[in-house]
Amino acid sequence: MHRFLLAVLRRDLTLAARRRGDWLIAQFFFVMVASLFPLGVGPEPEMLARIGPGVLWVAATLASLLSLTRLFADDHHDGSLEHMVLSPEPTVLLVLGKSIAHWLIYGVPLLLIAPVLGIQFHLSWEAIMVLELSLLLGTPILSLLGSVGAALTLGLRGGGVLLTLLILPLYIPALIFGAGAVDGVMAGTGAEAHLSLLGAFMVLSLMIAPWIAAAALRVSLE
Amino acid sequence: MNLYTYASPANFYVLAGKLIPWFSWGAGLLAVWGLYISFFLAPTDFQQSEAYRIIFIHVPAAWMSMFIYLVMAFWGAIGLAFNTRLSFMMARALAPTGALFTFIALWTGALWGKPMWGAWWVWDARLTSELILLFLYVGIIALWAAIDDVRRGDRAGSLLTLIGAINVPIIYFSVKWWNTLHQGSSINLMKAPSMAAIMLQGMLVMAIAAWFYTIAVALVRVRRIILERERQTDWAKAILENE
Repeated sequence: MHRFLLAVLRRDLTLAARRRGDWLIAQFFFVMVASLFPLGVGPEPEMLARIGPGVLWVAATLASLLSLTRLFADDHHDGSLEHMVLSPEPTVLLVLGKSIAHWLIYGVPLLLIAPVLGIQFHLSWEAIMVLELSLLLGTPILSLLGSVGAALTLGLRGGGVLLTLLILPLYIPALIFGAGAVDGVMAGTGAEAHLSLLGAFMVLSLMIAPWIAAAALRVSLE
Repeated sequence: MNLYTYASPANFYVLAGKLIPWFSWGAGLLAVWGLYISFFLAPTDFQQSEAYRIIFIHVPAAWMSMFIYLVMAFWGAIGLAFNTRLSFMMARALAPTGALFTFIALWTGALWGKPMWGAWWVWDARLTSELILLFLYVGIIALWAAIDDVRRGDRAGSLLTLIGAINVPIIYFSVKWWNTLHQGSSINLMKAPSMAAIMLQGMLVMAIAAWFYTIAVALVRVRRIILERERQTDWAKAILENE
């Protein structure tokens, strides 16, 4: 069973490695959106530090949506997705594998870039560490819940915009607790409560999202 | 008599047609009674003066916004589990009314918040989670609108409804879990209500009126959906030709 999961993972990572431009776009999008804010609201360090955690979190959710539209679409176009769903291996594992691959391709580079952007926003080291921790717990949620949206909107016209409409409301708790953790550290109230809730939300999405996404995938393909 | 008879769209169409006048008249009469209590019988609040009267609309609308979502999730789950066509039609018929009540709850809340809190909107847990509920309704309706294939649309919408259902307990308990500006509920089954009996009565009458209204419009809508989907059948053709 876990061999199937690893096979899905390896396949998606290989595909991503051969088309580097695709996943770099999401990262550049993340950097650009975050860089627009200091230009828009002005360069005062105090204000940037104040809005920084929220801006970086919003940019991270938007960047995840950018790459999620393609989570199943390419395999759907060339027909390989149907074969994988029809195979005797459980669809849940297929979805889980693809979500993990999405997180490795989108989430891990984002974790590497985020501290640099944190410096741009004049965040303290402590705040940057908590931001990293919150993104580490939070970005898997975005990939997992996003797989549900990608499966529901598979092959629809205007699927990308629709995906945004469906999934952003579900992202809101992650955004609140993620940005709240960094705010808590900066305000001196501590990040523990927010991070615990974020972790609980991640475990919950890990338990529920692959099943719903697998059911949605079967609905979309029948 | 077997209740499952009415799981058939053809039979339910007739039953719904008979029920609609009852629920419409019930909703109308109860609303008149409820509004009479709200505006003439209920005393002026000693702290909030006349502005508090908006709760007679606000609280029933907020209740219905959450309750309709749960009913939609229930019908979606039944439809997914037992593959019953009518369940999906019920879910679709309820969604616009749910979105309407969510909007009314947010809107009346804003009208009340301005004189009481001095702000149309605050980002506290109750208001934010209710806003998310509105987004969920919109998302579900948009998903249904985007999928032309009825079977796929029904299932996809129901799955989305189910995953969003987790928001409803969050709205309900938000005033307990977080320290919010929105006050806690004034009505509790376990203890005496913290409001005058006549105010409570007005609110309950309005809530039942909202409930009846929801049932009536959902039935009207579900009859349209049934006719649209069963248009190839003989009984539906006969009805369509007569109309």
